Amino acid sequence: MQPVNRVSIQFSSIPANVAFARVAAGSFASQLDFTINDLEEIKVAVSEAVTNAIVHGYGTDAGKIIEMAAEIAGDVLTITVEDMGRGIDNLASALQPAFSTDPERMGLGFSFMQSFSDSFDIQSEPGKGTRVSMTRICKKGVTPRQGH
Amino acid sequence: MELQKEISGGVLLVRLSGEIDMAVTDCLRNYMDEELERDNLLKNIIVNLAGVTFIDSAGLGVMLGRYRKISRAGGKMFIVGASPQVRRILEISGLLNIMKECPDEKRAMSLAV
Repeated sequence: MQPVNRVSIQFSSIPANVAFARVAAGSFASQLDFTINDLEEIKVAVSEAVTNAIVHGYGTDAGKIIEMAAEIAGDVLTITVEDMGRGIDNLASALQPAFSTDPERMGLGFSFMQSFSDSFDIQSEPGKGTRVSMTRICKKGVTPRQGH
Repeated sequence: MELQKEISGGVLLVRLSGEIDMAVTDCLRNYMDEELERDNLLKNIIVNLAGVTFIDSAGLGVMLGRYRKISRAGGKMFIVGASPQVRRILEISGLLNIMKECPDEKRAMSLAV
């Protein structure tokens, strides 16, 4: 049995790091035998989570830190994205599709995260921050590749 | 992200390539809004996504915002060239229900002018 593989990254809450985070997550996820489509969906979910942290968690304050952690245990990938920002006042409303406080946004961030995860969890406390956790099972169940 | 434009017969054709997320949405939004404000005759928009390798809801939001803007004046938005991955995101978001998807620029242009 393979040991649990974990990575953890902290990065500044700037827009350029949205791409960094999804590429890092996609690269880590590719140790399992996910399809190209699976990897694209994982990258979209991470992109949404990090964008939410920057825009809603920190109000685009570039001086803050976002933490992303990822874990592969067997054929299960878990990615968490956490900020220590504003938190969400009304979580039930925020999780509704097409809920957005900004007319230029689609309000689909959480919908994409949920759609592209086998399980999704969110913990948020106003004034303390938000932590989303997304789990994705590699359906093929292949042993993580070695040497990549 | 890279961006090319053509203007013809009241149609703004925008060819996008690269990755579209919140890092580039301000640039894209401002660019398209400036074009729309500069030329009052522009009514319809064709967005060619053939070169787009990634899009998330931030990018979709810019498209929705421009769609709403031109819709108020009776304009339409056309989508061309989305890859299967990008098309899936567009489909899930519901944008393909309100924007017309065309197989190529020529077809979109014939409907837009």
